[in-house]
Amino acid sequence: MKLSPDETIFWQHGFFTLNLTIVTTWAVMLVLVIAAALVTRNLKTGIRISRWQSILEMLVVGINNQIEDIGLKNPKDYIGFIGTLFIFIVTSNILIILPWYEPPTGSLSTTTALAVCVFMAVPFFGIANTGLLGYLKSYIQPTFIMLPFNLISEITRTLALAVRLFGNMMSGGLIIAILLSITPLLFPIVMQSLGLLTGVVQAYIFSILATVYIAAAVHDSKPMNK
Amino acid sequence: MQINWFTVIAQIINFIFLVWLLKRFLYKPILKAIDERENKIAGHIKDAEVKDAKAKKEQIEFAAKNETFEKEKKGLMDNAIAETNEKRQKLLESARNEAIELQSKLENSLKEMEENLNRDMAQKTQQEVFAITRKTLADLANQSLEEQSVSIFIQRIVDLKKEEKKKFVEAFKKKSNSILVQSAFDLAKKQQADIKNVVNEILGLETQFQFKTAPELICGIELTSNGFKLAWSISDYLNSFQKSIAESVRAEPIEEQHASKPI
Repeated sequence: MKLSPDETIFWQHGFFTLNLTIVTTWAVMLVLVIAAALVTRNLKTGIRISRWQSILEMLVVGINNQIEDIGLKNPKDYIGFIGTLFIFIVTSNILIILPWYEPPTGSLSTTTALAVCVFMAVPFFGIANTGLLGYLKSYIQPTFIMLPFNLISEITRTLALAVRLFGNMMSGGLIIAILLSITPLLFPIVMQSLGLLTGVVQAYIFSILATVYIAAAVHDSKPMNK
Repeated sequence: MQINWFTVIAQIINFIFLVWLLKRFLYKPILKAIDERENKIAGHIKDAEVKDAKAKKEQIEFAAKNETFEKEKKGLMDNAIAETNEKRQKLLESARNEAIELQSKLENSLKEMEENLNRDMAQKTQQEVFAITRKTLADLANQSLEEQSVSIFIQRIVDLKKEEKKKFVEAFKKKSNSILVQSAFDLAKKQQADIKNVVNEILGLETQFQFKTAPELICGIELTSNGFKLAWSISDYLNSFQKSIAESVRAEPIEEQHASKPI
């Protein structure tokens, strides 16, 4: 029994491996980019807009507002990263309704990659906002003694991010696979619906946590100003 | 459950690439469209606010104008009403005066009509009475009456006052014409001679005489010379009497009018 789509390998040459995770990620990326390009091809700035534009605007504005609510002053600077995190994870998770589809988020490699991205984004945005010194100072806040704890926290939260998403998605897929062998008729549908909900919630949690970490690193965020 | 580090690296690259792609195809165009729409709406709102302010200003101006107009209208209406009332009063007064005047005229006209009628009746009566008298006297005239008339006429010429005689002489001398003698009856030769003698004596010269018969004189004789007239006849008495009666008839309505006035 395969626990991760990483194990489905299409092509391998030494270190290079082309597995199901990468292929599915490409597919999801393709779907997202094509959909976005199609909808934004004919954007209207008037009062009457198309249904798809309305949906995308709601999504983008929703993400923007969430980022702002968490405490980041200029959400437009962060929406590229945080929004993409949410959209990619939620799309990957929602597509489990397709038969034989295995979400790339069910791979620890993908969740690790995303967590590493967050891990790198936090100092990136922190330094961009407060400078290198300012960012580094945040590690010795409130006192110097907190430095090791802050460093541990940085690593563990990244690990937690990766494992949380992977665990949830993998467990969901695994449960459905097990249930299919036990009660193949109706119960897996219920579990799949639950899986959809879990997928959306996990995407939300991942993005929100990433935003919180970034906001904590950015000193000019609202809570810090208070 | 192993981490495939190549997959991790590939997914990091994939994710960064996806971030770039979505920024390019999703966030930027959508946010740009939203901004443009918000700007447009803000513009509309600003425009609406400007229009609203303008409308409010115009409303205030309109209300002020309306108030002024109402005041002016009220003033004009009041003036018009006052003028109308004044004019009505004047017209009523004028109509009342005219009515009084007309009534007065009507009363006068009625009185005049009444007077005329009375006068006509009196005159008619008078004329009838004198006509009867004249007829009666004419019928009664005879030789002795005629002779008597001539002798009275001669006596009157003789009895003329000096001034009257003088006037007669002057009138005759002014234009030396013949003297016309008219009588109600044909004068006898002797009577004509008597008259000639008396007149010639006054004039102091011999003059021409014309004798004519005029029955309307009623037992009378009339001597005319260049506007000077000397006459005697019953008709004269009658005329004098008629004149006196007529005057008294004319005077009567006036007295009646005075008498009928309320005290």
